[in-house]
Amino acid sequence: MTNGKGDSLDAVFRALADASRRELLDRLRAENGQTLNDLCARLAMTRQAVSKHLAILEDANLVATVRRGREKLHYLNPVPIHEIAERWIGKFERGRLQALSDMKKALEERTGE
Amino acid sequence: MSKPQFVYVTYIRTTPEKVWAALTEPQTIKKFWFNITADSDFKPGSPWRLKFEDGRVADTGEILEAVPPKRLVIKWRNEFKPELKAEGWSRCTMEIEMADYYPDFGGKAVKLTITHELEGEGTKFIEAVSAGWPKVMSNLKSLLETGDVAFQEYAS
Repeated sequence: MTNGKGDSLDAVFRALADASRRELLDRLRAENGQTLNDLCARLAMTRQAVSKHLAILEDANLVATVRRGREKLHYLNPVPIHEIAERWIGKFERGRLQALSDMKKALEERTGE
Repeated sequence: MSKPQFVYVTYIRTTPEKVWAALTEPQTIKKFWFNITADSDFKPGSPWRLKFEDGRVADTGEILEAVPPKRLVIKWRNEFKPELKAEGWSRCTMEIEMADYYPDFGGKAVKLTITHELEGEGTKFIEAVSAGWPKVMSNLKSLLETGDVAFQEYAS
């Protein structure tokens, strides 16, 4: 869903501009294919809030859903984030950025010990 | 069937027929799939095989369902990495439908949903394909919308 102007990325950025929604994506990244109940059980948010945030993430195509019997399973869909990366990160910079990101991760893990 | 290990969705400003053609024509597959060659006639029951540019076999399997321009289901196993091959058969489902999405494209776009589920236990195969699918899908979207791909080479 978009606002009729701009492009579908507007919806992606709006959806990501909220800490609770980013936390939901983190939860799905840790365990893909969760139901609304699964997600509610592990979060300090009301069921209504989780449900509202999931709808916004689904409209932005950051969450994809699949029905399995009576259950609706939620999956992290990284394709729009990949498209953002592709738009502003040239294919030649990718290797260097990966090296920087690996280094940052390694250094931060060491600091955390 | 177990629940899918991942579900990927992309919206493409094109027609279902063009997405179907791209997913089943070896010369088009090669363009968006990093020079991979697909050997199959994409008919139910037919063998299916992906080969690298140098001729090595990447994956093998069978077409389980083919309903143009809507649904393609492939029985799929990795062949070139022993630890992935050991995890056995998976099932990849590609679904094509029209959906409301881009208002500047008459409010409709093709929604391509790819799910991939492993029949047995294991996580390595799913990790490997989940690293690849977003790149392949982005390339397919670019190819159909702009006539060119985003990534020529597979770089992680």
